[in-house]
Amino acid sequence: MCLAIPGRITEIRDHDPVTRSGTVDFGGVFKEVNLSFVPDAQPGDYVIVHAGFALNTIDEAEAGKILEYLDEIDELGGLEEPGS
Amino acid sequence: MKFMDEYRDAASVRALAARIRGITTRPWTIMEVCGGQTHAIVRFGIDELLPKEITLVHGPGCPVCVTPAEIIDEAIDIASRPGVIFCSFGDMVRVPGTKENLFSVKAKGGDVRVVYSPLDALRLAASNPDREVVFFAVGFETTAPANAMAVYQASRRGIENFSLLVSHVLVPPAIEAILSSPGNRVQGFLAAGHVCTVMGYEEYRPIADKYKVPIVVTGFEPLDILQGIFMCVTQLEQGRSQVENAYTRAVQSGGNAKAQELIREVFCVGPRKWRGIGKIPRSGLRLRGAYEKFDAERRFGVAGGPSEETSECISGSILQGVKKPHECPAFATRCTPDRPLGATMVSSEGACAAYYRYRRFSNKEI
Amino acid sequence: MADERDENEEFVLSCPIPVTEYPRIVLGHGGGGTLSHALIEKMFVRSFDNPFLDARHDGAVFEIGARKVAFTTDSYVVRPIFFPGGDIGTLAVNGTVNDLAMCGARPLFMSAGLILEEGLPMETLWRIVRSMKRAAETAGVEIVTGDTKVVDKGKGDQIFINTSGVGIVEGHHAISPKRVRPGDVVLLNGDIGRHGMAVMAQREGLEFETEIQSDCAPLADIVLGLLAAGIEVHCLRDLTRGGLASAVVEIAGTAGVEIDLDESTLPVSGPVRAACEFLGLDPIYVANEGRFIAIVPDKDAAPALDLLRSHPLGADARVIGKVSQGRAGLVTLRTTIGTRAIIDMLSGEQLPRIC
Repeated sequence: MCLAIPGRITEIRDHDPVTRSGTVDFGGVFKEVNLSFVPDAQPGDYVIVHAGFALNTIDEAEAGKILEYLDEIDELGGLEEPGS
Repeated sequence: MKFMDEYRDAASVRALAARIRGITTRPWTIMEVCGGQTHAIVRFGIDELLPKEITLVHGPGCPVCVTPAEIIDEAIDIASRPGVIFCSFGDMVRVPGTKENLFSVKAKGGDVRVVYSPLDALRLAASNPDREVVFFAVGFETTAPANAMAVYQASRRGIENFSLLVSHVLVPPAIEAILSSPGNRVQGFLAAGHVCTVMGYEEYRPIADKYKVPIVVTGFEPLDILQGIFMCVTQLEQGRSQVENAYTRAVQSGGNAKAQELIREVFCVGPRKWRGIGKIPRSGLRLRGAYEKFDAERRFGVAGGPSEETSECISGSILQGVKKPHECPAFATRCTPDRPLGATMVSSEGACAAYYRYRRFSNKEI
Repeated sequence: MADERDENEEFVLSCPIPVTEYPRIVLGHGGGGTLSHALIEKMFVRSFDNPFLDARHDGAVFEIGARKVAFTTDSYVVRPIFFPGGDIGTLAVNGTVNDLAMCGARPLFMSAGLILEEGLPMETLWRIVRSMKRAAETAGVEIVTGDTKVVDKGKGDQIFINTSGVGIVEGHHAISPKRVRPGDVVLLNGDIGRHGMAVMAQREGLEFETEIQSDCAPLADIVLGLLAAGIEVHCLRDLTRGGLASAVVEIAGTAGVEIDLDESTLPVSGPVRAACEFLGLDPIYVANEGRFIAIVPDKDAAPALDLLRSHPLGADARVIGKVSQGRAGLVTLRTTIGTRAIIDMLSGEQLPRIC
């Protein structure tokens, strides 16, 4: 029940708190998205979009942390089982 | 696509899967609650990467699976009325009620439309003042803010020809129902990431404490799911039962306050029947106060009639993780994706549909 | 009299479509998935019953005197009728040209039957007719016969077009799923999912802004090039509704082989991918109108690829999979994360999802 994908706000058109909305770029696909639940989000920010609504801004620092951690385990080579 | 592709990196996936294999010493049964997670697991073949000790159970995380047959019958009733434009997410249109599905209403001349957002339905109402536009508001807490906003905007703009047929369900009561059921085998949970984006995860702490199960907030990409499993298994191996967050880029413990505020404004909590499970108190949302007039059940006078579910369908036991699809006598014989007896076979993330694909060709023991 | 009645009774008693499940036609019956196939198999193939239909091919190939003739028909009901990259007219010509090409035929002549709704603006019709003319010129076919009917307003959703086409099969080799062998290789001429998403971008309730253009194009030239060069083509299939996945599953089933695809080789453009992700769709099931797969023996893979890539419609041609002995009818996809997923036919058209 949870299909929500990240996209980048390219512009904000309507600034009314309830109908606050703007264009989100998902990578060559642009959709009008309601931004009233992310009042501090600005153009350039990445948001998680579900059913036409931004539900949260992506915490880029946290996103970075987990990717670093994953790079580390890549380097450590994990604990490969023989034949895997 | 940024913030998606990185979480599908093959090398990182292999490395994380290896770590999971490295720490697993005993059999564990973990339930993932969200249909979107089930979809990712099936689509990416994630269980292939896990050690055989880990059993993933697909929980009732799909509104398609848990929306009661009676509500679908109500939807069909409303959609069949002249002048109604019935809007729904794509997932719902093939789910069978007691007799047929929404698509068959279309075949009889009903105006049933698939939309992406409840705001699309509101737009239709605004531009078709002579028609009644109804939106099928199913879903977990993830979709509640969107539906709340549609109703709120309708109210503010005085759009009277708009209503919601509500079948919202809440995750924590469902988890409790599963944990407290006698046949329960689930030892750990992957909580639904986007539900927690909205609601936060504080409400899972009392559940983790009471039932002594680890609950890990988990995302939807392969790495997210593996990370959730890794953290869950780590806790299980260490005998811990805490709430942890594996989806930190999109979830904070308090959730989205503005979204929660609007949900509280428009909806209130009440009992809700879950298909195959039964009534769970305080497990659903309904429109409250000034917004009751946007309730399609009231507007169209469709009361929830008693439904006769096909007695063959055991989706309830499957949704609770008590039985597996191939243990159902009708599985793959009388019940297939083309002729589903219940919702777990209709939905491509339903446990039965997912099993059906593997069973037809796999030599693996399921 | 008695005979007439008997015939009717026979139909009612033995209609092979499970009437209890689907007493009426639903949209899924036109979706290119299992419902479509069931309808075709159980009602049409069984009723009309002849070896040409048994071949389960896009077109029928038969001999007239010394020549092998290919014959096909298709109807076009796309909405909206104008979409980025084409319109119902371009589709109507290219679709039939492509069906003939998939038989290994050089398309020569076409018919065009138009069913017009009362009230359709003349300007709209003119635009479509000019598109058909341009498409026919590009494809090297002539529209030599046709028909026009007008139906009452409200009974015909603007315009429906049927085109039938004939062509000459020049080679001697049969091209059919039954020629597919373990060890063969699957080639694809370019990126998938463009037509379906270009059309969906305009659908009310789902619309989004994008530069995705339909890939609608005639494939006869590129295909005949392969055949003329002596490539041993076992099977050809254009990827229309139901997408790449449906075509491959169908062929694997008819041929009784296993086909394994590699997701990392599947070309999908950025915008098509983004559109699929946000609507919850899988590009392998999305419709195309200028894409085909060719199944050739391994030894022919490299020269075939070179030929495809030298043609504008094959610039991004790839090897996307291989045929193996395995489990008959099984299609698997090696995912980008290295696991193997099973690819099935969908029952109806793929719908956007929220879950």
